[in-house]
Amino acid sequence: MANVEFKGKTFTVDEDGFLENLDQWNTEWVEYVKDSEGIAELNDEHWKVINMLQDYYKKNGIAPMVRILSKVTGFKLKHIYELFPSGPGKGACKMAGLAKPTGCV
Amino acid sequence: MAKVPTPAELLPGLSYEPPEKGWMDVKPDFRPGTYCNPASPKWMEWINYPYPAARSVPDDEWALPQDWKEIVLQGMDDRLKRFRSLKLFFDICVRCGACADKCHFFLGTGDPKNMPVLRAELLRSVYRRYFKTIGRVLSEIAGARDLTEDVIKEWFFYLYQCTICRRCSLFCPYGIDMAEMTLLGRELLASVGLNIDWAMASVAQCYDKGSHIGAPPQAFKDMVDFLAEENERVTGITTTPSYNRKGAEVLFVMPSGDYFADPGTFTMMGYLLLFEHIGLDYTLSTYAAEGGNFGWFISHEMGKRLNAKIYAEAKRLGVKWILGGECGHMWRVCNQYMSTWWGPVDFLEKPVSPITGTRFENATVHKMVHISEFTADLIHHGKLNLDPQRNAHIKLTFHDSCNTARGMGILEEPRYIINNVLPEGNFVEMPPNTIREKAFCCGSSSGINANENMELRMQGGFPRANAVRFVHEKYGVNHLGCICALDRATLPTLLEYWVPEVGITGISELVGNALIFPDEIERTTDLRDRDLVGFGELAEEAGEEEE
Repeated sequence: MANVEFKGKTFTVDEDGFLENLDQWNTEWVEYVKDSEGIAELNDEHWKVINMLQDYYKKNGIAPMVRILSKVTGFKLKHIYELFPSGPGKGACKMAGLAKPTGCV
Repeated sequence: MAKVPTPAELLPGLSYEPPEKGWMDVKPDFRPGTYCNPASPKWMEWINYPYPAARSVPDDEWALPQDWKEIVLQGMDDRLKRFRSLKLFFDICVRCGACADKCHFFLGTGDPKNMPVLRAELLRSVYRRYFKTIGRVLSEIAGARDLTEDVIKEWFFYLYQCTICRRCSLFCPYGIDMAEMTLLGRELLASVGLNIDWAMASVAQCYDKGSHIGAPPQAFKDMVDFLAEENERVTGITTTPSYNRKGAEVLFVMPSGDYFADPGTFTMMGYLLLFEHIGLDYTLSTYAAEGGNFGWFISHEMGKRLNAKIYAEAKRLGVKWILGGECGHMWRVCNQYMSTWWGPVDFLEKPVSPITGTRFENATVHKMVHISEFTADLIHHGKLNLDPQRNAHIKLTFHDSCNTARGMGILEEPRYIINNVLPEGNFVEMPPNTIREKAFCCGSSSGINANENMELRMQGGFPRANAVRFVHEKYGVNHLGCICALDRATLPTLLEYWVPEVGITGISELVGNALIFPDEIERTTDLRDRDLVGFGELAEEAGEEEE
């Protein structure tokens, strides 16, 4: 566990840089991950993914399986990788402030 | 996370030249990418595990409890008394070296301490120093050494560079079980607060929420319902899983990877289609929603705590017996530990297939049948209507999962299924030294499939991937089949690294592809929406072959 400072905000992250607590999530966090992910500008499609991830997480207590994310947003997996170069887990989930999945994944 | 070297960078660095100094004088090289992070105190507090603390491998101090040495030695003493096997394995090894080059981690890293004989010696030397007269008197001359913090660190490094696959044990003339020693060694580490984060996080999630992936009941149901809808979209067949239904004949338990992570989700679709096809009276449980058991990777005690849910739920729901999905270590636990842990399972019946009447004599004691045994029996009795041509785009080889193959002898069943759901000639074997009971491990099992450990995983999986490359280049193999969710999680990463042309599939996925239903829609794709041969982009290809 470590603390990250960005634009006056403090975030507690795990060893992989995922937010420890969704309550700490804010737009500064998104901006912080955006830079480290090498994303130039966030567009509506990025936000569609982030919002879907957070909605699902708040309802179900876990990140959605990739195929559900794909179906609900209408974005194919390839396109999600175009939006988030590190992929739906390490890129999009991290930006949305979700915990990383564990186990046989 | 450390940058993972490319295959071209990794291979030239592989050397089997031993270091100049003796093994006791060589300290482990904790290079980023070759070890797992210590467990976060959060997970340990969730499951009430001792000595939670924020630890970091590069730190000199590992925040061991003050009396760590007494705890470890007392723990070893206890285990020597409880497990006669441990004492036997410590005493009878003659250092013949038959195991030395059988370990995938030794083959992939060239590190002599990954020779099983020397991995065991890391523990054995301490045993000899404190529990044998000769070691007490002669110390290093007798291969004994003091228990120091450096020794503990060395255990942490090398006991998590063993995937408890037991390939070495197969070649040991005495049958010394390295997996058992590794597990007991990990228990000793856990007793002073040293665990790995990836395994511990999965354990805590499973204990608290019901599955390694941390899915609460509603998420489990949402995901399986989604996969049932997907089945309907592709095949036109409504698959109707039920949840927590009392009075069902069979409880079906699968690893959580199968309803969460690709490509396992296609295997889950295959299970649902199969059960629909034969009209099985089964239920899923949102409580026993995890077949796998990362607890067993940490300690026998934790393995038992996580395993308890399966029988408890079978009893509560009043099913007759339990059917289990494609998972590897789940079966080692269920087949070899479960009835010892819980005693006679008198609330269940001896499993009998309601479709064929076959009595599964091998499951008499623990009352759990493996999906491959169940499916092979259905095919053998002609109960499945199959069209192998629907798998014609798949040229397959099969990876025997360590725990089902070496652990319980499930060697023929998956092959029998494969040969019935694939066109003739579409299945080829990897070299004999790398399959069946001699199978090479995926290199990432036993809880070490963490991202930060990637270089080691790619090294340890190299022997497996190398055999896959061989059949890919020689026969054009494009898929590697397996009956284990950890394989389905780790092999895609491994093959993406070493043999990116080959994908991973579960065997029940292939069954799902091949099943013919009387009221199905026209099948033009497989369960992954890929064109079948003769349709879409593959239409032309088939035409060319006919010419």
